[in-house]
Amino acid sequence: MDNNVTTSEKITKWLLIGISVLFLAVMLLLPLLTVITEALRSGWKVYAAAVTDEYTIKALLLTVKATLFAVIFNTIFGIFAAWALTKFQFRGKKLLTTLIDLPVTISPVIAGLIFLLVFGRQSPVYFFLLKFGIKVVFSVPGIIIATVFVTFPFISRELIPVLEAEGTDEEEAAALMGAGGWTIFWKITFPHIKWALLYGIVLCTARAMGEFGAVSVLSGHLRGKTNTLPLHVEILFNEFQYVPAFAVSSLLVIMAIIILVIRSVIEYKGKKEA
Amino acid sequence: MKKRNKPVIPGFGLSMGITISILSLVVLIPLASLVIYTAKLSFKDFIETITRARVLASFYTSFVAAFAAAVINGIMGTILAWVLVKYEFPGKRLMDGMIELPFALPTAVAGIALTSLTSDTGLVGSFFAGFGIKIAYTRIGITVAMIFVGIPFVVRSVQPVLEKMDNSCSEAAGVLGAKKSTIFWKVIFPELKPAIFAGTGLAFGRCLGEYGSIVFIAGNKPYYTEITPLIIMSELQEFDYSSATAIALVMLAVSFFILFLNNVIQQRNARILKGGNA
Amino acid sequence: MIRKIFALSLAAVLALTPVQAFGKTVSITNVSYDPTREMFEQYNRIFQEHWKEKTGEDVEITQSHGGSGKQALEVANGLDADVVTLALEYDIESIENAGLIKAGWIDNFDNDSSPYTSTIVFLVKKGNPKKIQDWDDLTRDGVGVVTPNPKTSGGARWNYMAAWAYADKKYNGDETQMKDFIRKLYQNVVVLDSGARGATTSFVENEQGDVLVAWENEAYLSMRDYPDEYEIVTPSVSILAQPTVAVVDEVVDYRDTREVATEYLNYLYSDEAQEIEAENYFRPTNEEILKKHSDVFDLSVDLVTISEYGGWDKVQKKHFADGGIFDEIYER
Repeated sequence: MDNNVTTSEKITKWLLIGISVLFLAVMLLLPLLTVITEALRSGWKVYAAAVTDEYTIKALLLTVKATLFAVIFNTIFGIFAAWALTKFQFRGKKLLTTLIDLPVTISPVIAGLIFLLVFGRQSPVYFFLLKFGIKVVFSVPGIIIATVFVTFPFISRELIPVLEAEGTDEEEAAALMGAGGWTIFWKITFPHIKWALLYGIVLCTARAMGEFGAVSVLSGHLRGKTNTLPLHVEILFNEFQYVPAFAVSSLLVIMAIIILVIRSVIEYKGKKEA
Repeated sequence: MKKRNKPVIPGFGLSMGITISILSLVVLIPLASLVIYTAKLSFKDFIETITRARVLASFYTSFVAAFAAAVINGIMGTILAWVLVKYEFPGKRLMDGMIELPFALPTAVAGIALTSLTSDTGLVGSFFAGFGIKIAYTRIGITVAMIFVGIPFVVRSVQPVLEKMDNSCSEAAGVLGAKKSTIFWKVIFPELKPAIFAGTGLAFGRCLGEYGSIVFIAGNKPYYTEITPLIIMSELQEFDYSSATAIALVMLAVSFFILFLNNVIQQRNARILKGGNA
Repeated sequence: MIRKIFALSLAAVLALTPVQAFGKTVSITNVSYDPTREMFEQYNRIFQEHWKEKTGEDVEITQSHGGSGKQALEVANGLDADVVTLALEYDIESIENAGLIKAGWIDNFDNDSSPYTSTIVFLVKKGNPKKIQDWDDLTRDGVGVVTPNPKTSGGARWNYMAAWAYADKKYNGDETQMKDFIRKLYQNVVVLDSGARGATTSFVENEQGDVLVAWENEAYLSMRDYPDEYEIVTPSVSILAQPTVAVVDEVVDYRDTREVATEYLNYLYSDEAQEIEAENYFRPTNEEILKKHSDVFDLSVDLVTISEYGGWDKVQKKHFADGGIFDEIYER
């Protein structure tokens, strides 16, 4: 592309870059900087105390657990769903796609509410599960379910457009030559979708870590037991602990940055090989 | 399951089975509870609940703000994806890496940070206040928060398609003497369109339902900056499950409708692109 | 790869399986509302000592804090709380209505089961530039008020009722005029946050409005963070805000913790506990200890109780239910 650069092309290029940079700076960087400056407003000592607090660490571990679970679950689901939706023709496909997307567009408040209605004390399911000693709401399983729900379509969403653009010719050819399902997937489909899958996993991880609304409804805010990091932030904030609240939020920002760096490294290496 | 005549590719039964069963467990059954609880209201009560002046006003606020935010995200997201894929410039990697950050930040924190930035004493807000524009505690503020939570959707759905897109087509058009803008609108844009729509649709839905950040920035004035999720929350606080689920059901129906429409458009596009056999 | 994924998911599932260790420790959960954390942190420590002395048992206390109404909703939906210590009686009543607490709980502890109280005051900028002295000043043109939404915040219902109580005295119970008064007041509201903490942020951090209507203890917490920027104005009439406590019968019966749960709430009335409550800016119900802290608490304010308006059930229906007075004043 860069061989025959004309002036107008150059102008367009820098104009678009300029717009992008400005947009990201105002919409993204400034809020993040606000979080960091607020976190450090009372100095490093307060910051260190807030992030090494026993309850912060417990909340961090729970967040990691819920995120890990959501990512694994949704990856498995996402691959199967994308395969089913793009490699075959069937009736009701649009409906199915829509239903998969639906959780993202459901208000977190409603998402929390529906699980409360299904698994809460209002519902016979609650007492049924209690007989087996299983409690979903206001305990860890509820938090995981809520996290899975809000990130449900993230991975399939990334895979579907790529697979759609790819078409089915290669897989059909392979199948006609007698290759099995797994072979086709690993040898032909996977190389096409691996970057999309990576995007999806990162998106899912980020969203799972930061999820607040739905988890908040289902957690019960039991300190040290069912508090995730975002909930811990909310609690600190509501307890008039403004600075520690931002300090704990900055942890989430740092975690996100770590994940994004890892992604960049994988991507960079992978693309260099290709 | 491999014995089906039509599809040559194996795995239909397995992948379909897994998809449907997980979908039912995670999405369909829980959503059915909304319908069940709403059904406790008579039809007349249902209509009355969802047409209360305050509820209607909140629908208006939520939809207008979410629509504006989705359009802005659609445009900016496409530009961002384009810039990230097609151009090389210093800091690009950093920019690419930042896109998902809005997801990781708890929405409440985002709301508090955005409010302090855009209130008339804040860094951004004081600038706009000079022009007599108030951001925080107005519908503009709601839109700003929605844009924030929706950024990654469009970028990340357009980006992979752009990356995979063959340059040969647009290069051929270039050799044939087509203008750059013509190439974009006639060759590239149609291919991007499904991804843009998909991303924008998701962003719209996400914006519509957003609660955590908006309650801080909105000011929550009845009839003006009160969003629908907030109304649902206050119904819940009054233990009025059926009213809460009734309003939730309306939002759900709208989300569903928009997504469905979106998918119909997309698949039609996909068919056109593939010459009718995709 | 696939095997790896399965192994990982299996590991995740195993990690989720709850491991419960049973020792001599008895553990209880206290579901409370937002700004009581520091108080209960201190209180839990003295209670642990007290219980050890009394029975020789160690007691482990898990705290949960959140908006009062939301906490009640969660307990009603299965959050295992041995005791609830919420912002108002109405929230505990809703747990009662869900069948977890037996009727008559309000008489189980002294003072209508409210060991400490508070009231509604104004937080204004230092020097009180808008000269805000009483509720009347909040209805003046050009005064911006910040208060949370009583529909979403249980605590904010006290704010509203305090203004109502003042209007009641001022207009001798003429409801048309009272409604007008409240309408004017809420027309001056510049930000109607969903909770008390959000309202404080709007006022203190984002400098919205001229006066924050807040609980006394919360106003003092803001003062502690910004000692030189704000001051507290106590109005002539306010309401006696009674945070209420109760033992959750269904949970204590199932977990066999009734004894320790009951003592946990009883001990809130002890002198040591009352001191801690006062230090955290709640008004202790013990008159002597309250008087000792009269430098903090303005004791001249005329405090009206909610029972004068027929209790929370009635107030809730009349004012805050859909179509109630709070909706009415916003109708156009």
